[in-house]
Amino acid sequence: MKENISQSIPRSDAKAKLRGETKYIADIPFDKLLYAKTLRSTKAKAKIRSILLPKIPDGYFVIDQHDVPGKNRMRTVVSDHPIFAQDDVQYIGQPILLVVGEDRETVYNILAQIQVEYEEERPLLTLEEAENSSAVFTDYHYDKGNPCAAFQNAKTLIEDEFATGYQEHVYLEPNGMAAEFKGDTLFVYGSMQCPFYAKGALLETMDLADDKVRVIQTTTGGAFGGKEEFPSLIACQVAVASLKTQKPVMMIYDRMEDILCSTKRHPSKIRYKAALDENQQIVALDIDVLFNAGAYNGLSPVVLQRGIFSVTNVYHIPHLRVHGRNFMTNSVPSGAYRGFGAPQTIFGTEMMLYNIAVKLGIEPLDYKARHLLKRNDPTCTGGRIHDEVKMFEILEKITQMSGYYEKIKHSPKYHGIGASLFLHGCGFTGKGETVINGAIQLTKKNQEVTLKVSSVEMGQGAETVLRKIVAYTLEIQMEQIIFEKTDTGLVPDSGPTVASRTTMIVGGLLQQAALEMKERWHEAESFEVTRRYNHPDFLHWDDQKFHGDAYPVYSWGANVAEIEIDPVTYELTIKNLYGVYDVGVPIDLRSLEGQMQGGIAQGIGWATIEVMETSQGRLIQTNLTNYKIPTAMDVPEMEIEFISNPYEFGPFGAKCAGELPFVGAPPAVAAAVSHALKKPINHLPIRPEKLMEIDNEN
Amino acid sequence: MKIEFYLNNDPHEIEVDPAYRLLDLLREDFGLTSVKEGCGEGECGACIVLMNGLAVNSCLVPCGSILGKHIITLEEFRKTDRYEAIEKGFMDAGAVQCGFCTPGFVMATESLLNQNPDPTDEEIREGLSGNLCRCTGYNLIIKGVKLAMEKGAGLW
Ligand code: FES
Ligand code: FES
Repeated sequence: MKENISQSIPRSDAKAKLRGETKYIADIPFDKLLYAKTLRSTKAKAKIRSILLPKIPDGYFVIDQHDVPGKNRMRTVVSDHPIFAQDDVQYIGQPILLVVGEDRETVYNILAQIQVEYEEERPLLTLEEAENSSAVFTDYHYDKGNPCAAFQNAKTLIEDEFATGYQEHVYLEPNGMAAEFKGDTLFVYGSMQCPFYAKGALLETMDLADDKVRVIQTTTGGAFGGKEEFPSLIACQVAVASLKTQKPVMMIYDRMEDILCSTKRHPSKIRYKAALDENQQIVALDIDVLFNAGAYNGLSPVVLQRGIFSVTNVYHIPHLRVHGRNFMTNSVPSGAYRGFGAPQTIFGTEMMLYNIAVKLGIEPLDYKARHLLKRNDPTCTGGRIHDEVKMFEILEKITQMSGYYEKIKHSPKYHGIGASLFLHGCGFTGKGETVINGAIQLTKKNQEVTLKVSSVEMGQGAETVLRKIVAYTLEIQMEQIIFEKTDTGLVPDSGPTVASRTTMIVGGLLQQAALEMKERWHEAESFEVTRRYNHPDFLHWDDQKFHGDAYPVYSWGANVAEIEIDPVTYELTIKNLYGVYDVGVPIDLRSLEGQMQGGIAQGIGWATIEVMETSQGRLIQTNLTNYKIPTAMDVPEMEIEFISNPYEFGPFGAKCAGELPFVGAPPAVAAAVSHALKKPINHLPIRPEKLMEIDNEN
Repeated sequence: MKIEFYLNNDPHEIEVDPAYRLLDLLREDFGLTSVKEGCGEGECGACIVLMNGLAVNSCLVPCGSILGKHIITLEEFRKTDRYEAIEKGFMDAGAVQCGFCTPGFVMATESLLNQNPDPTDEEIREGLSGNLCRCTGYNLIIKGVKLAMEKGAGLW
């Protein structure tokens, strides 16, 4: 069986999902199950003076910090979030304790009767306040070239500032976890991206030996980064509850709870100073990136890293001064979300170039094209673009598909067309892959091969794609490849399912292993092949100076959006969206089209209708009635194409794909709106009220 | 309160609090887990079942209002030729990713085609606008419905 890898095959999980047979965590029965519900802080910042409990009936339990056998902190990049609040609370929604019992109604009743006495303190509510009070969690700097001299010699200096808002993931399946002890071994099941992250957190919080904790991912109903680090917290909480009650304990969030207390995309503010030479070329940028990390830093440092390492986008800027900071505010912690800090900075950079082009009277896409990175150019961190860049091919294709140059000249008022160019760094930032040192295993037994990885299927199609890579390499049937259950007791740690690394990194290891297995196929009936990540030695990274190859390779793309604005209500309609992508060699076109369309839809949501704000530290939008995500009526027709640009180290030449489409859509929409109104769009989400205001100002 | 109703074509008589949600009755008491809870507030459509042939959000339906009604869930609907056509259409279009929204979309599609066997693209979008999907961006689901209409021509 030798077939074209790009040609689509049916997803292995689609039928069961269509039939409604697939079990998600809330569908799984447990014997003698207890339900847990969380008591949460109602204050943005306070000391807890006392907690008054009602009489707790037999068979019901209260679980709090005192029940935690190990560390009462959730392990992640910065392990600062308490599993249960200790003496204080830092945001509204912070978990204080659990009430656990058999009957849900009774659990809710007990919860409603608990009284917490707080001593309120003055919270830091906004990014502005945090900046003024220097409430900095993380502070990064890096330079490239000689920015001082470049700014001194500049012919023109231009300043600009951008801001973006919160975004909630709204994976359709809310968070859920269950824990039980079998003998002295803890089993935790649930909806998640990173079983080994949860395991690592459980080892510390439960103070158990490595072989006494097993984490089993259940079918995950969407994640998008929202089930990267956050589920570790719930995992630890239900595990503590199960230890105390000696029964299986399950906690399933309802939507409001999920929105209120799960992580969000970091709101941002980004300031630019651009130095232009006599040819109006940007020669230097001074960029200040501010992220609102919320009450705990958690994963935010690495989100900020990707943000500041994506800051020059697809452009070659010789001199740079970059400053990035995560700020502490008394609000729900921000965390991983598709794109991981890059959508914010790429939006800023795209619109900064757009605004400069408009100011100079140069067609924006032409102006951008003048700055494009080429192969062997230095990246913003002084690494190299090692592979061929096909941006001109992408540009040609997208402008033809969309009729860009015609339409940009001849759009009636309130109609606009805009383009974005973008990239995404594939895999972990910097040394991430070396640190994780992911492993995979293939086991041959008779004519079947079992594929063992910790990468999870969460809707993105990983199971089908990874099986496909192995089947096509071994030249055997898909049916002969079995995807092992994602159970930390059965699979090696191939790293978390994040950073668009699954196909390229994990799939790459699988392909290497499959090649070895193919050679040795007739050696024995049964044998195993294991592979570990090996960092290509032409890549260099200095984690202290932020110098070198922040990413091994990039995926690239361009979007064009066509929009229309209602002249009375200023309601925005996106009419058409075009995308051309270089993701190396596409592995399964239909699956990729799904990733692109879905990513664009989320990007459009963030850019337009997804408004999430806080007032006095309290989220204003806490349900799907007031936090609107796009419906079938809100998404435009999309025309998606791929160009082929094989990557030497990717399986069948594949690079990264999942986050790329999210990054591109917002600046394309913003550029189109700006084109329609002839006013700069420096703020996301783009709201009708705001459009009305800027259209009416002179 | 005593309630008689039909569930997946079988008559049932149950004793239930009239305010109890149909969603809970189906999931907890009858173990019909194709019915999903995505929001519990009528916004996402993951909990859609058919009540007398029409799509309803079971999270918004109190058991007090199902008296004498015919409730059909995906567990029953998947035995039909119409389901087969939808399954094939959705599979070929790539309309399924995480799958959590999928049962709701299947039931909403049945309800839509039942009322309007030949909807335009706009009517499909409108007919499915009560269902949220965060993975696919919808266009591939719309394509799935159109393929289902082709494959199941004459069934609706
Ligand atoms: S759970 Fe019923 S509409 Fe969302
Ligand atoms: S497939 Fe995941 S929400 Fe629709």
